[in-house]
Amino acid sequence: MSVARGLVALIALALAPAAVRAQDSTADAIAHYRAALQDGNPAELWEIRGADLWRQRRGPKQVSLEACDLGLGPGVVRGAYARLPRYFPDADRVLDLEARLLWCMVRLQGYTEADARGNPFGEGSARKSDLEALTAYVSSESRGVKMDVTLSHPQEAEAYRMGEALFFFRAGTHDFACATCHGEEGKRIRLQELPDLATKAGAQKAYTTWPAYRVSQGELRTFEWRLYDCFRQQRFPELVLASDAAIALTMYLARNANGAPFDAPGIKR
Amino acid sequence: MADPMKIRASLVGESTEVKVLMAHEMESGQRKDALGQTIPAWFIQNVTITCNGRTVLSAQWGTAIAKNPFLSFKFKGGAKGDRIAVTWTDNRGDRRSDEATIA
Repeated sequence: MSVARGLVALIALALAPAAVRAQDSTADAIAHYRAALQDGNPAELWEIRGADLWRQRRGPKQVSLEACDLGLGPGVVRGAYARLPRYFPDADRVLDLEARLLWCMVRLQGYTEADARGNPFGEGSARKSDLEALTAYVSSESRGVKMDVTLSHPQEAEAYRMGEALFFFRAGTHDFACATCHGEEGKRIRLQELPDLATKAGAQKAYTTWPAYRVSQGELRTFEWRLYDCFRQQRFPELVLASDAAIALTMYLARNANGAPFDAPGIKR
Repeated sequence: MADPMKIRASLVGESTEVKVLMAHEMESGQRKDALGQTIPAWFIQNVTITCNGRTVLSAQWGTAIAKNPFLSFKFKGGAKGDRIAVTWTDNRGDRRSDEATIA
């Protein structure tokens, strides 16, 4: 009996380092896979389409989005994403990029709220999402720009505080919070390593690589989609696009990523 | 109509490196939809790439190429400013042509 137990202990000892090595080499292999894909990132196809949509005269009013002010003046796209979310006096609200695009599509181009929000997440060539393409284009114009999200307006500070509270708020059928998976170093879901978003380094690494082309879906996905899908996985109620909750969480993570150069649209498995 | 391609062509030493990103569903014909119906195959069949009108690559593709394909290759004899033209045709007869110059 004791011999058998000793043997089990020996086997366990022998296996433990091997298991750690296997996990490391898997992470290495995934990093290698990402590097191989980086060269021909299909996200560029969304960037091209988004740039075209940005300049086209569209909607009932036949106006181009070049009159849309993303915070740096009408039509200024370069570096705009690295400073969002921010407070917009004309909307009297803190908005992230998706919310600001919706605002411009409704106020400038004359779309109804329902039309503008109609298809936030595309599916194949039959159901392309304009919002994803526009987000890809605008964010690509911030590549290399350092994240610089301010909390100078009281509403911006309030959004950050609310985002932080939401990040740690446990709820739903599984009593989950964002922090359950993203508040500790070294966690993963299956083979996907999860960044610790409560730390500056973790938030920087995660936030600056979205939007991203998801190889497994063959689609470009935005940061709001990432939050939406995390909510689904936590069995939370559906996260409404451009809602106060979505913007607050984006604000919390974007602000924590301050100082890091923006590096997206990226590519993910 | 199909979305535009992204083409990069640059001189690396004596050869020209061409990188092409194409927007295409590349449906394999093996998948089924939510109702169990087979989704018909839909893929790029022929790819032709020319440099100033001279064919430098001609390929016949099948269903084993991924969605939104990326093609990278090198050839000799290109010079700065030469026009690279890429054309693909798919099995539905849809086609797309785009051009770039060698940088």
